[in-house]
Amino acid sequence: MDKKKIDILAAKIRLETLKVIHSRGFGHVGGSVDLAELMAVLYGAEMRFDPKNPRWPDRDWLVLSKGHAGPVSYATLGIMGYYPLADAYTLNFPGTHFPSHTDRKLTPGVDLTTGSLGQGVSTATGAALGNRLDGRDNWVYCVIGDGEADEGQVWEAFHFACAHKLDNIIYFIDCNGYQLDGPTDAILPHGNLTAKVKGFGLHVQEIDGHDTAAIYDAIEKAKATKGVPSCIVLRTSKGRGATFAEPKHDHSSQPKEEQWQEALAAAEQALRDAENA
Amino acid sequence: MKLNLIAKHENDPRACRDGLVEELKKLMAADDSVVYVDCDLMSCLGTKSLRQLWPDRAIEAGIAEANAAGIAAGLAATGKKVYLHSFGTFASRRIYDQIYMSAAYADLPVHVLGSDAGVVAAFNGGTHMPLEDGAMYLSIPQAVVFDACDYAQLAFVTRAQVDIPTVTYTRFVRKGVVQVYGDDTEFAVGKGVVLHESDHDQATIITSGIMVDESLKAYEALLAQGITVRVIDMFTWKPLDEDLLLKAARETGAIVTAENHNLTCGLGSVVANSLVRHCLVPQEFVGVDDRFGQVGPQAYLMDEYGLRSANIVAAVQKAISRK
Repeated sequence: MDKKKIDILAAKIRLETLKVIHSRGFGHVGGSVDLAELMAVLYGAEMRFDPKNPRWPDRDWLVLSKGHAGPVSYATLGIMGYYPLADAYTLNFPGTHFPSHTDRKLTPGVDLTTGSLGQGVSTATGAALGNRLDGRDNWVYCVIGDGEADEGQVWEAFHFACAHKLDNIIYFIDCNGYQLDGPTDAILPHGNLTAKVKGFGLHVQEIDGHDTAAIYDAIEKAKATKGVPSCIVLRTSKGRGATFAEPKHDHSSQPKEEQWQEALAAAEQALRDAENA
Repeated sequence: MKLNLIAKHENDPRACRDGLVEELKKLMAADDSVVYVDCDLMSCLGTKSLRQLWPDRAIEAGIAEANAAGIAAGLAATGKKVYLHSFGTFASRRIYDQIYMSAAYADLPVHVLGSDAGVVAAFNGGTHMPLEDGAMYLSIPQAVVFDACDYAQLAFVTRAQVDIPTVTYTRFVRKGVVQVYGDDTEFAVGKGVVLHESDHDQATIITSGIMVDESLKAYEALLAQGITVRVIDMFTWKPLDEDLLLKAARETGAIVTAENHNLTCGLGSVVANSLVRHCLVPQEFVGVDDRFGQVGPQAYLMDEYGLRSANIVAAVQKAISRK
């Protein structure tokens, strides 16, 4: 992996994610921008896809089960050429193809509809089973929030994936430590989430979710693991790089325009820094 | 369409579910993209044979129905034609949000089979008695809802579902049912079956499922009193056969609906919705009147909830008197 190239892509995705949400003025900033590095590695170095044929049966799938992170997908898919980026600056406007939560009917490149938390983990797992039945060698990537892991359905899906020995799916848990009402430890503490997932029989790795090299290495290790599904626990900072959101790890934000301008300027600077690194 | 009406009020020696299983076997043999998902109830439906024949495509999801619904939707997203079975309660209440969002809203057809509709759940009791499953699926946009009455009809529905591009839900009976139709009867999705009709019918009974036989008994009892009624098996609840319904309303002037379901938002409600808008005639309702299920033999429960031919006869007399 060309780390510099991927780091630049991550900075672009973060900046574009902010621009997408800024187009509406408010939205789920925190849990979107903290996935910029993951999306950069997936779309920049790992995934097989064709923006001109979004439903290509042999494509790799990306299921954002934490559907409220939609804007990071819209930014990424725009950068990858599925549609002009400006199209995504219609977030949540009437008739838009870019709703708060990812919707396979509306957005080219979105593989499954999510929003009701926990459900994307099951549908992604079903898609992995379907791909295996068809004898395809493609991968399904599924991104789960740590707050989302409150949902029992997440664990039902893990149980199923292990029982059916699905080794063509990789789950990521975005452990940013916060959910809507506060720190996850103050709501339903998960304890050692990595150990819990391991206890279900998955191959688990825990890494820094903002380190693109670590993400790439973990995905390569997961791909080499046969006979069991893999899970990569990403330690992240909710709101990463969004100057108004990261200090408080807000779930959703409605900043003032001057705060937006400050955040966009900081993200542009971060992109220049990555390019000059 | 060909109608072979048996209607001797005699139980079919075959289990109703076998009609479904045989059709699934034919479908799975003919088409590799047909898959079947169950939630630890294959033994109850007689589908373990599918697992023996196609271990990869007859998928056991265990006692985790919410996940099973998501697995089904995910399989549909890869182009599979998916049947999903559980008891009617779990196939509706337990997985409603999953079927709604992951499947229906996402435009992914999953064909849900909910066994032992209404009072047929008998000895499994009130916890397992789906009297609102139809209401839930009727509320999902574009979903197709069936209430099948016997072996031949359930076999037809199973066969027809595979080509329907939206979520479908079928409520049915696993075991013994009265044989209404000969196996050579031909059905069509969204088309009611006229079981009795004359040019001097004084009312029309609209029914489905286990209430078809009760309605046929009511027809005979009314005939003995000199009252001729039309009888329609409206086994597709949605889309409703409005042409047939409104023709009957215009020609007979009174409607009685009879269903093994809560009267709130079931067959009677969709019929009333149509009549109010297009042809207002007196309507009487036979069904479970806003009560929970309970444990007991099916015959006891049918008496208890007023699901008998005598209830239908009384409802017809009342409807005619209101004309």
